[in-house]
Amino acid sequence: MELLAAVRRFLEREVVPRLEGPDRFHARVAAHVVGMVAREIETEEGQLLGEWRRLGDLLGGAGARPASRQELRGALASRSRELALRIRAGEADAGSWRERVLDHLRQTVADKLDVARSPRHP
Amino acid sequence: MSDERDLAARLEAFVASEEGRRPGQVRVEGLRRLAGGASRELWALDLELGGDAPRKLELVLRRDPPGRLGESDRSLEFRLLAAAAEAGVPVPAVHWCCADPEVLGSAFFLMGRVAGETLPRRILRDERYAAARRDLARQLGGVLAGIHRIDPDRPDLSDLASAAGGAESARAEVARIGEGLRAMAAQPHPALDLAERWLLERAPEPSRRTVVHGDFRLGNLVVGEDGLRAVLDWELSHVGDPLEDLGWLCLRAWRFGSDDLAVGGVGTREALLEAYEEAGGGRVDREALRFWEACGNLKLALVFATQARLFLDGLPSVELASLGRRIAEAEDELLRFMDGRA
Repeated sequence: MELLAAVRRFLEREVVPRLEGPDRFHARVAAHVVGMVAREIETEEGQLLGEWRRLGDLLGGAGARPASRQELRGALASRSRELALRIRAGEADAGSWRERVLDHLRQTVADKLDVARSPRHP
Repeated sequence: MSDERDLAARLEAFVASEEGRRPGQVRVEGLRRLAGGASRELWALDLELGGDAPRKLELVLRRDPPGRLGESDRSLEFRLLAAAAEAGVPVPAVHWCCADPEVLGSAFFLMGRVAGETLPRRILRDERYAAARRDLARQLGGVLAGIHRIDPDRPDLSDLASAAGGAESARAEVARIGEGLRAMAAQPHPALDLAERWLLERAPEPSRRTVVHGDFRLGNLVVGEDGLRAVLDWELSHVGDPLEDLGWLCLRAWRFGSDDLAVGGVGTREALLEAYEEAGGGRVDREALRFWEACGNLKLALVFATQARLFLDGLPSVELASLGRRIAEAEDELLRFMDGRA
């Protein structure tokens, strides 16, 4: 993580001030991306576990949680797809399940924004 | 670079032929590439016309990338700029247009170069634009009323009706965006599926049928110390509900941090709408406007997903790579709309 912080500092302090125009913009973006990666490394495990648990509560029938991070990401994408299909079938149009779906989505999106922490988004 | 000299020479020959001058009487100077998207090329140049009535023009060349079929027709944009000027909308002057790919490798047109600032960051933060900022929301309202005054059924704009985005109804537009998202996005986005259903339920009847700019926001506007100078980037224009333009302008994404000022971070919705209605834009239904703001967020998610897809499909760009992450911002806004918090 200190490595990433060092790369980011280098970009922000040494590279960006020496460039102009589109190159300067891209260097700023690069520094921001490095920051994103560092935050993701720090928070990903907790976020994935949280999402797995919430989707298990919402959809039921989770099965055993995949052992590796890679497999967990894949399984979460499948579960999200399942949620999307049920939403598109109208199951979340009203009622208490809609509220629970909204709670889950708010948390998931807040997690993503935490990592992305776009400079223009509050 | 020999490519630039070749381009300059071809331009000189083209203008000479168009203007009935001898080849040596037309000179292109200072030809330089401007930052532009992957779908279009922008060049700045100065043109000296000799002979009788000599004059010097500061121009911008806009052309499709050579060898690629442009999605949008360059000559349609040229004709739109001319129609906009007639309606009193501040736009670059149009000079020459050519659909023949033999001349420069692809279709192109030449328009006047308007001095001023387009970068939102600078327009919003520099002291020199402080006076311009104070009145900008009202100006934008007046200008949009002008754009929506252009007759969409003009004979010289007949191909505008089939331009992408001109859905028959708001419902069709929402459904189209939803389909696009499922095709483009690298991952499922259940928040967007939920938003799509919410929007379909609330799709309003069209207020009017007008020319719609399609991407009216800071970033596509030239602003000077005296205010708005020109509306650029008419590539996404189509025929539709003018509220789409008003809604798009009020997206949180275009406030660049000044969140309490809904209109591009410079003014309030009230200022925009008052000026719009005063300038003859017609009474704006506030509920319908809310729909188009929310819908704009769904469309923005599609824009981010499409651009991220370009990266994933091999176009190296650190900027494109990070855009996929911004989908979460659109999701956040849509959740706020659904909660009644937006």
